[in-house]
Amino acid sequence: MDDLDQLEAQSIFILREAYRKLKPLAMLWSLGKDSNVMLWLARKAFLGNVPFPVMHVDTGKKFPEMYRFRDEYSKKWNLELLLGDCPPVEDIDPTLPPAARSAARKTAGLAAMIDKYKLAGVIAGIRRDEQATRAKERVFSPRGAGHKWDVRNQPPEFWDQYATPHEPGMHVRVHPLLSWREIDIWRYIEREGIPLVDLYFAKDGKRYRSLGDQDITSPVESNATTVAEVIAELETSRTSERAGRAMDHESEDAFERLRVAGYL
Amino acid sequence: MSTIPTPAPQDAATPIVIVGHVDHGKSTLIGRLLYDTDSLPEGRVAQIIESSKKRGLTVEWSFLLDSLQIERDQGVTVDSTRIPFRLGTRQFVIVDAPGHRQFLRNMITGAADAEAAVLVVDANEGAQEQTRRHAMLLRLIGIRHVIVLMNKVDILDYDQKKIEAAERDITALLHQLEIEPTVFVPASAREGDNMASRSDKMPWYKGPTLTEALAAVPAPSSRADLPLRLPVQDVYRFDTKRIVVGRIERGRIRVGDEVVIGVHGARARIATIESWHTAPQVAAIAGQSVAVTLEPDVIPDRGDFLYPASAAPLRAARIRTRLFWLRQEPLRVGESFKLRLATAEHQVTVAAIDSVVRLEDLTEHPAEEVPPEGFAEITLAVSETMLFDAFVPGTSDGRGVLVDRNQQIVGGAPLIGVAESVAGRNAIHPTGSAVSVWDRAQAKGHRGGVFWMTGLPGAGKSTLARGAETRLFSRGVDVSVLDGDTLRAGLCSDLGFSEADRRENVRRAAAVARILAESGQVVIVALISPTIADRELARQIVGEGFHEIFIDTPQATCEQRDPKGLYAAARAGKIEGFTGIDAPYEAPVKPDLRLETAHASSDETAARLAAFIGEETRLDGATRRQKS
Repeated sequence: MDDLDQLEAQSIFILREAYRKLKPLAMLWSLGKDSNVMLWLARKAFLGNVPFPVMHVDTGKKFPEMYRFRDEYSKKWNLELLLGDCPPVEDIDPTLPPAARSAARKTAGLAAMIDKYKLAGVIAGIRRDEQATRAKERVFSPRGAGHKWDVRNQPPEFWDQYATPHEPGMHVRVHPLLSWREIDIWRYIEREGIPLVDLYFAKDGKRYRSLGDQDITSPVESNATTVAEVIAELETSRTSERAGRAMDHESEDAFERLRVAGYL
Repeated sequence: MSTIPTPAPQDAATPIVIVGHVDHGKSTLIGRLLYDTDSLPEGRVAQIIESSKKRGLTVEWSFLLDSLQIERDQGVTVDSTRIPFRLGTRQFVIVDAPGHRQFLRNMITGAADAEAAVLVVDANEGAQEQTRRHAMLLRLIGIRHVIVLMNKVDILDYDQKKIEAAERDITALLHQLEIEPTVFVPASAREGDNMASRSDKMPWYKGPTLTEALAAVPAPSSRADLPLRLPVQDVYRFDTKRIVVGRIERGRIRVGDEVVIGVHGARARIATIESWHTAPQVAAIAGQSVAVTLEPDVIPDRGDFLYPASAAPLRAARIRTRLFWLRQEPLRVGESFKLRLATAEHQVTVAAIDSVVRLEDLTEHPAEEVPPEGFAEITLAVSETMLFDAFVPGTSDGRGVLVDRNQQIVGGAPLIGVAESVAGRNAIHPTGSAVSVWDRAQAKGHRGGVFWMTGLPGAGKSTLARGAETRLFSRGVDVSVLDGDTLRAGLCSDLGFSEADRRENVRRAAAVARILAESGQVVIVALISPTIADRELARQIVGEGFHEIFIDTPQATCEQRDPKGLYAAARAGKIEGFTGIDAPYEAPVKPDLRLETAHASSDETAARLAAFIGEETRLDGATRRQKS
């Protein structure tokens, strides 16, 4: 088994644990490269089926290409798609810096969906290497009342045994891609032929490396027009993946504050 | 079109855990290593310099890891984190483990999957408490490859004699744990000596630098050639096929292989290996998550091992195990847990505490309890015969984990083997009953349970308990009352009212209640049990079926009633430590039932209590719970 085989096997194990232990369960589908890989892994785990709904928490500010992608593949892959919207920015904590405040709309939208569907488990495609705060995450990350992440009081997690608390008002975030790196995601996309929104590929010398809302995401300089070229570019790149995500850089603790409140 | 070839398959990254006492320099080591090996993303170094400047410091390598705001503010690493880095063509993942004692569980979380460990020791200070604790954990989680980094040797002026003396102490310590360190590297992480490049200040040292030592860590050995262990994770039914899924922990499967299933030992053949978007497979090896169909179409349960008839796992209902206990409270004989092993879950009771490790010198001693976050060897009595393999480092064999009623992990249990029946003071042998809980409930028409009433003296606990007892008995419920005064007249007549004696009183009451409840009775306990800790102890001893009932009567009302004249006596100074007068009462925060007695007759309240108990012990209630 090479490294991708091992990552795949581990993610499938995690998805099957989540499906067995957490009911009702749903998967977040942000339409980005990571969540497409995650969805692909779910189809591997459940032999072509996705036996739980996928949720798109819609900020209403995604790129048109992303909405087209969603509509096309939710049909093609026979997904049970749940859509949720987000409150206006005026309803969000005004002490957050502007981009973080805008991003926090998604947290509020997600919280509303979790409550609406009384979810015990939410599968999300975050990775440790994306961002320092995400590096601290557990594979099964329990969220207490108000969906708060208690970063200082996380359960032990070892030997593939995960905490699965069943208390009212709690849910568990499940992170099957936690150990994957950005380049692993791309190599797996290449190996499996997983479809992507074409915003990831260069047009006029620029491409998106990470996709968020239109107004707070900027493209990076690149000439990579195929998956293989993206991989080659990443192998020499020294900038961080989320450099184009404004809310990560506004202040030292802005992203951590977002995550404690339930952001992904 | 692209001319770039698809990258060749890579080996998986080797996880390396960094452990050691707080302030011995773990984070500095990692920061320095990443910098020296040029593994930092652009912007990261600038960030550190910026952050260091803001705090008026010169470049602080540890800021790289202490990326959470709270960590920087306190100057300690809160949680483990993973950082990929590359040496030549080989990928590593550094797992940083915190040194603060209360963050033990984070350290284990990070360290459990590591292939090798770097134990960082301040050469001036030598082994400290967490040095010993972490070394012990390395042994218990099964890490065989240990590199000892003697850090801060610049403070010893790079003096060979002093450094080697410090090494000898560490060697002796590790020897006690049967850990044979692979190499000692004298280094200064801050100055960069013997990290990525050889130090010119220690010409006497001929061994490897840290990066050379890491590059020499052997790749994980394959588990594919061991006899098969495939723990069943789940059974799906898609279309018309019944599909058994799980990850192969060791060995391999091939279509046509005969396997034995679980403790019941049914046999079946691997009929097909199912997959989606993968080339059809006829074989699979350790590490792969597989889906198979069986012929004949037997239905295994989650937790059943599939294994070859020629190499069966061990089978026992009493198991000896090492333990790293993760709770902040002690562990005592008689406490019950679920033991998770791979995907199986078994009900277990601590039958004996065989020995406890004294952390000052890592020696083993007999003891009554395992201290908070302590290490021990214990015997577990399992509610049924189970299959297991003894713990072997570098495999997933015998990796037991204890979880509590809330599915929280409370300890790691590397299983040693089948427990011998030994006579001795600490050896007890609880026998499993052949009569199941369900049989008893069916016969009695209700389930057993413990209803633990707490409240101030004079709150009305005994009166209500007796009132409910009468009502329940008249409906045919097998019910009994354990009342504080009755217990103290007999079973607990040797106990006084000191804190230790009160706690012992609670422990005995809970132990008796548990025995009665297990025999199918409804047990009402009426005991002041004034502290949250008292009731928590009771809850732990009783296990499933414990209900906390708060008799909520204002103190003024209790004092006015004063049926036994105790408040008057306490006010007159004739009784010391009287709950509510000069000893505190901690009301339950979230009782299962709260009964306010001030504005209702005791008849009405007793009827409410009886109704609650009746509802909680209903037969179909049991079914409902089992399903959920």
